[in-house]
Amino acid sequence: MSTEVAFEVKNVAKYYDKVKALDGVSLQAQKGKILGLLGPNGAGKTTLVKVLSTLLLPTKGTAMVMGHDVATEPDKVRQQIGLTGQYAAVDEYLTGLENLQMMGRLYRMSVKDARQRADELIKQFDLEEAAKRPVKTYSGGMKRRIDLAMSLIATPPVIFLDEPTTGLDPRSRLTMWDTVKKLAGGGTTILLTTQYMDEADNLADNIVVIDRGKTIAEGTPDSLKAKVGSDRLEIVIGKKSTVEEAKKIIGGRDVQVDKDKQTVSVASRGGVGKLKEVLSRLERANIEVDSISLHRPTLDDVFMSLTGHTATKDSSTEEAKKKKGKK
Amino acid sequence: MADSEILTEHIDPEAHKNIFWVVNDCWEMTRRSIRHITRSFDQIISLILFPVMFMLLNRYVLGGAIHTGINYANYLFAGIFVQVLAFGANYTTINLAVDLKEGIIDRFKSLPMASSALLIGHITADLVRNLISAFIIIAMGFLVGFRPNASLTDWLLVAGLAVLFSLAISWMSAILGLFVKSLEAAQWIGFVIIFPLTFISSAFVLTSTMPAGLRAFAENQPVTQVINAMRSLLVGTPMGNSGRLAVIWCVGIIAVCAPLAVWVFQRRNR
Ligand SMILES: Nc1ncnc2c1ncn2[C@@H]1O[C@H](COP(=O)(O)OP(=O)(O)OP(=O)(O)O)[C@@H](O)[C@H]1O
Ligand SMILES: [Mg+2]
Repeated sequence: MSTEVAFEVKNVAKYYDKVKALDGVSLQAQKGKILGLLGPNGAGKTTLVKVLSTLLLPTKGTAMVMGHDVATEPDKVRQQIGLTGQYAAVDEYLTGLENLQMMGRLYRMSVKDARQRADELIKQFDLEEAAKRPVKTYSGGMKRRIDLAMSLIATPPVIFLDEPTTGLDPRSRLTMWDTVKKLAGGGTTILLTTQYMDEADNLADNIVVIDRGKTIAEGTPDSLKAKVGSDRLEIVIGKKSTVEEAKKIIGGRDVQVDKDKQTVSVASRGGVGKLKEVLSRLERANIEVDSISLHRPTLDDVFMSLTGHTATKDSSTEEAKKKKGKK
Repeated sequence: MADSEILTEHIDPEAHKNIFWVVNDCWEMTRRSIRHITRSFDQIISLILFPVMFMLLNRYVLGGAIHTGINYANYLFAGIFVQVLAFGANYTTINLAVDLKEGIIDRFKSLPMASSALLIGHITADLVRNLISAFIIIAMGFLVGFRPNASLTDWLLVAGLAVLFSLAISWMSAILGLFVKSLEAAQWIGFVIIFPLTFISSAFVLTSTMPAGLRAFAENQPVTQVINAMRSLLVGTPMGNSGRLAVIWCVGIIAVCAPLAVWVFQRRNR
């Protein structure tokens, strides 16, 4: 029974007056797996999370969670899910502990269970010292942690996390990754949206890349990276006059040159071996090397190669965002 | 699968009847709103300041110029009381608008809780706030010369009517809170509605002194009926139909606004 589907979206579209926030997205997650939803600002990630968590009705298509349709059986779906939205959804006047206990009761746990789970989560998320202070007084990272803890209180089988690490410092980010991995290890199915390739790479069993409401790629992290291209080796050449020669010496199909920056770059599929080889060849040819560095493909590279436009500077979605903000 | 057994062990809605959980949800939401009252400095200040200010200003600034046939403190009390109750309901509009603006509404809506619980929580908190205001108003009233001749039964009837009126106006305010687009709007819209409603009434002056159009409105709107009924119970002015009409108005408003508010809330932006 390892291929049981935890949630499934079929051809879901959500249209607003002028914006197609989602325009026919389909995806599926097996029980106990982490599905990464990757996309730039305005791609439709939050909209999809809201559809799955019964907050928005899709204009078209269907979404099922644990066998229940979000449109017709929202109450059944709500029993099965935990949601951590993009923006902290914590009651600022209540203490961390009170927030957790309230959530437990609203999830219809017994008073005793709610108390016990709240205490557990406070410990797990390292908030003991702040547990009895109003959340108002928490730092951004602490708020994010209590926010996540709140969606875990009833240990629901499906959890939606909308950009859970945006705004966290590197350490908290790693702690969050750890938590997410542990959850999945315990059998929870997770949908995690992110703008970071490395996050999806690290956590997700499967990745769906969306842009402007449409799926543009999907697959395992490895298969996606293979599509985008591998890490690149960037060599800054000492003398401008030798750049062309360096290119010939390094060779290969996908070698690229930037004359202004005196840089030659090449796919580094061979890892360290490739690095050594390139350096020794250049040395033999007496070409001076200023510096050498390894670049991992960024989300921008992914988008560049998949869509032909970059992820972050997308004027049309930016404009749509502004309009939304004005309202 | 063994895993999913562990996962759902905490959630057991079947352990109680559905109605138990609806009451539980309302209680949790009410408790949350009440904690907001005690932990928010603004709310506490306005809770004390409004009744004191209204009572003193009307009694001493306007009181000398107004003739109502009876001791003005006795006339004024019911008016100020109802006005303060009405203004208190503005908190439902504001607090609801705050909730809707922040992410927490998404969280609540994604939970298996009864969807009306959030509204009921805010409205019950209004009732608690108004109860506190009521004690302050009564104390202030006695300070400025209010001398009721009401029996215990009369006081109980006044309390009942106050609760009914508070609920009616809070449900109305809840609908406003669901529609306003911003916090600023939430603040002024309540005033824009409640100021005229309480001023064009028998709260501060006899309606017979008003120009014909205003008078017609004043004498046929719910706030006047509630005030007249309370005044009659407290200081023995003529009751007429006002008691019956006040109850009919309040019950009518609740019967229309409560289901409407819940309906709007459930369908909002889905
Ligand atoms: N209520 C709304 N009315 C109109 N347009 C909307 C509304 N909500 C979202 N949109 C639009 O839908 C598109 C997708 O929005 P969404 O919030 O799902 O993006 P996102 O992928 O979560 O972006 P981000 O990374 O910035 O959070 C955007 O262009 C947005 O402006
Ligand atoms: Mg988003």
